Amino acid sequence: MLKINGVYKTFHPGTVSEKKAICGVDLHLKPGDFVTVIGGNGAGKSTLLNLVAGVFPADEGTITLDGINLTHMPEHKRAAYLGRVFQDPMTGTAATMEIHEHLALASRRGKRRGLGWGICRAEREDYFERLKTLDLGLENRMSQKVGTLSGGQRQALTLLMATMKQPKLLLLDEHTAALDPKTAQKVLTLTQKLIEDQNLTAMMVTHNMQDAITYGNRLIMMKDGTIILDIEGEEKKHLTVEILLEKFAQTSGSTFSSDRALLS
Amino acid sequence: MLNFINALPGAVVQGLIWSIMALGIYITFKILDIADLTVDSSFCTGGAVCIVMMNMGYSVPLSMLLALLAGMAAGFLTGILHSYMGIPMILSGILTQLILWSINLVNIMGGAANLALKNSRKVFRLVNLAKNDFSLLVLLGLTAAVIGVLYYFFGTEIGCAIRATGSNDKMSRAQGINTHFTRILGLAISNGLVALSGSLWAQYRGAIDISDGKGAIVIGLAAVIIGQTFFSKISRNFAVQLFSVLLGSIIYFIIYTAAVNWGLNMGYLKMLAAVIMVVMLSFPVIAKKFHFKKKVKGDTTNA
Repeated sequence: MLKINGVYKTFHPGTVSEKKAICGVDLHLKPGDFVTVIGGNGAGKSTLLNLVAGVFPADEGTITLDGINLTHMPEHKRAAYLGRVFQDPMTGTAATMEIHEHLALASRRGKRRGLGWGICRAEREDYFERLKTLDLGLENRMSQKVGTLSGGQRQALTLLMATMKQPKLLLLDEHTAALDPKTAQKVLTLTQKLIEDQNLTAMMVTHNMQDAITYGNRLIMMKDGTIILDIEGEEKKHLTVEILLEKFAQTSGSTFSSDRALLS
Repeated sequence: MLNFINALPGAVVQGLIWSIMALGIYITFKILDIADLTVDSSFCTGGAVCIVMMNMGYSVPLSMLLALLAGMAAGFLTGILHSYMGIPMILSGILTQLILWSINLVNIMGGAANLALKNSRKVFRLVNLAKNDFSLLVLLGLTAAVIGVLYYFFGTEIGCAIRATGSNDKMSRAQGINTHFTRILGLAISNGLVALSGSLWAQYRGAIDISDGKGAIVIGLAAVIIGQTFFSKISRNFAVQLFSVLLGSIIYFIIYTAAVNWGLNMGYLKMLAAVIMVVMLSFPVIAKKFHFKKKVKGDTTNA
């Protein structure tokens, strides 16, 4: 499905603030893989996701998705194959636009936008049903501006938008980090459900070790722009936070230092 | 006072003409959330192109269409400078404004600082209020048509994409919208309307001056903000918003006419535009503070 080969990325090369964010990453995902990505601050997790999404180009290496070469494709074209949810609930939705308009925008992802209506009545009925599955009451507020929604509601809406067109790959960039624990749990459960229902291939960056273990069929850990651990199948199922920390110490020769990652 | 009343229809006509420019500014300022300074020159471009075309013997609609297209080209240039060449928005607008000033003067107006509409062909009598009673109706029809087209356009897929770009750039790209394209298109439409307004202004005045349109952005913003201040509470409906811009523009020109009739030194007119804007922008902030203080006071007496 996703093939990342020999990818490198350096920010501000040749300056004092030079930062080698990704230093040679190879990663192959099988269809239906749900990979959780974990690592300390500055390990390159988000950068890796942004490289796949096309926020910035890779310095070296290739990225292909289901046989489509994404390496030099601009961000808005890649969007046809990708679903994305961001860390900040404000990023995934537009405060001044209405709820159903968001779904209309998402349903036209990857299509040519012309002079036809931006949203039509038949669609609204479909969106009503889809919003109902979220169980947040959003289906009765479809023409309200998204700015009136809470962070959790906005993330749920973004998830719905991201999965609407059955993306070839779902990219979740710490999408529960800005939410309170209870809401985060709800959004994670919803994520799991949407991924299972459509059998999506997904990558989920998280700071929470327990979540990284609980969800998905594969776990990768990053440090200094490289993948230092890759655990899948049976081994992943029997993983605990203790084992993970031990493995981290073995491979990297240091202890896992990020406080945020140790939480829960 | 009588003078002022006599001048009112003229103020309304001016308000209508400039409201088309204000609608252009509404697109960049409110929908795309950017400040575009191209308008200070594209207004004159529209007027100059229209007059040159009409003096060459072309029909009024064709002359106005070309003025519109010339304005769109100016907006297109600003958009390219900003999106594909990475020049900050304000600077892109100023650069196009300067480029256009030279083009207006040298290439369109042939080196003359002002250009008169040859009186032999009085084709656009319609806007000449003194001589034709239909002028107001025609202008009303034209502005209503512009509002109608904008209302339809921003409800289409591409129009929604432009609105999304102005509201959230990152989200728009994640939803497959080419934000460079939508921003360029928005700027082109905006400046096309500004130039169209310039072409009407030139016909109304019977001439265009190279300095026409200087400070247009302030007038346009004032119209947008006056409209918002008075009418945003009525409805959030997009059509109401567009009409509020039109009404804002008319109110602005009525205030302006009143000030002139009151005997304000003409040299202060630009300052007046700025003062109106300061009042309109600060009014909600000050009102809120005042309201808040009153409320706090009330609370203490209750306790």
